[in-house]
Amino acid sequence: MKPEEIIQQGECVYKKPTLLTDTNMHYCPGCSHGVVHKLIAEVIEEMGAEDKAIGVSPVGCAVFAYNYIDIDWVQAAHGRAPSVATALKRLNPDNLIFTYQGDGDLAAIGTCETIHAANRGENIAIIFINNAIYGMTGGQMAPTTLLGMKTATTPYGRRVDLNGHPLVMAPIMAQLDGTCYVTRQSVHTPAAVRKAKAAIRKAFENSMAGKGTSMVEIVSTCNSGWKLSPAKSNEWMIENMFKKYPLGDLKNE
Amino acid sequence: MAKIKGAVVVDTERCKGCDLCAVACPLDVLAMQSKLVNNRGYHYAYTINAEKCIGCQSCALVCPDGCITVYRMQID
Repeated sequence: MKPEEIIQQGECVYKKPTLLTDTNMHYCPGCSHGVVHKLIAEVIEEMGAEDKAIGVSPVGCAVFAYNYIDIDWVQAAHGRAPSVATALKRLNPDNLIFTYQGDGDLAAIGTCETIHAANRGENIAIIFINNAIYGMTGGQMAPTTLLGMKTATTPYGRRVDLNGHPLVMAPIMAQLDGTCYVTRQSVHTPAAVRKAKAAIRKAFENSMAGKGTSMVEIVSTCNSGWKLSPAKSNEWMIENMFKKYPLGDLKNE
Repeated sequence: MAKIKGAVVVDTERCKGCDLCAVACPLDVLAMQSKLVNNRGYHYAYTINAEKCIGCQSCALVCPDGCITVYRMQID
């Protein structure tokens, strides 16, 4: 049987979610941001929350998220996405409010806002993309950069005496009483993508049910910043990132 | 015995040639063009072994740009 016949007669089992716009994403080839955007669009579509969802985009690579997912977006000041989301959720308690933040936004300049929003138990979902580097500005060291990892600002590798230890956000968030769901996922294999999708769905449902703050950390690749090919950066991530940032649920109430 | 056959369609103009679909495919259905490029200059993905496809969606799931549509049908 020829592929053309299968396309005509067969059943379409996977296609780009309609919420994902036809605009070409500005992300580098192989960037994990694209997969996570796709998952968010799929989850919102499946929940039928197209009219209720409001995303808060960060400053970072994902700043143009409003061009790619066809829902309402607010672009917050650097690191202040959880604070803006707090206001949105308190004023629109029936809406699905989520933030989409990178590690420079959530773990560096916005650590305070993130921790306090979670501590207050705001009913928002936080999607945290952790690629251990500042991608947008050209690959400088982030708080989450691994020890010994070479970046533009640590050309000989990150050193403890000079740069301190990598900041692991998920356990900090998990110990707060305001959070209901803290998990760490990745999107490097088809199985991981399915798990990440289930995690995002759970976080969104928690937000709608008013259970508290949910955080889904996605351990991601930044192949441009890491100076590797997309496939190689996935291997590098499995080898190095997963040791410091192991996958799994940290808190699920 | 019923057999499942699949087919994939790649949106070549949206594709950025990151090669993740070809790595994820268990049956080596997809490959990147070695010489041809799309309008944006990327060596896009194409089906090199289209007849092997079983419609498992692995390629489509890992595609960062949502370029891949998967069709599947059962053949008796």
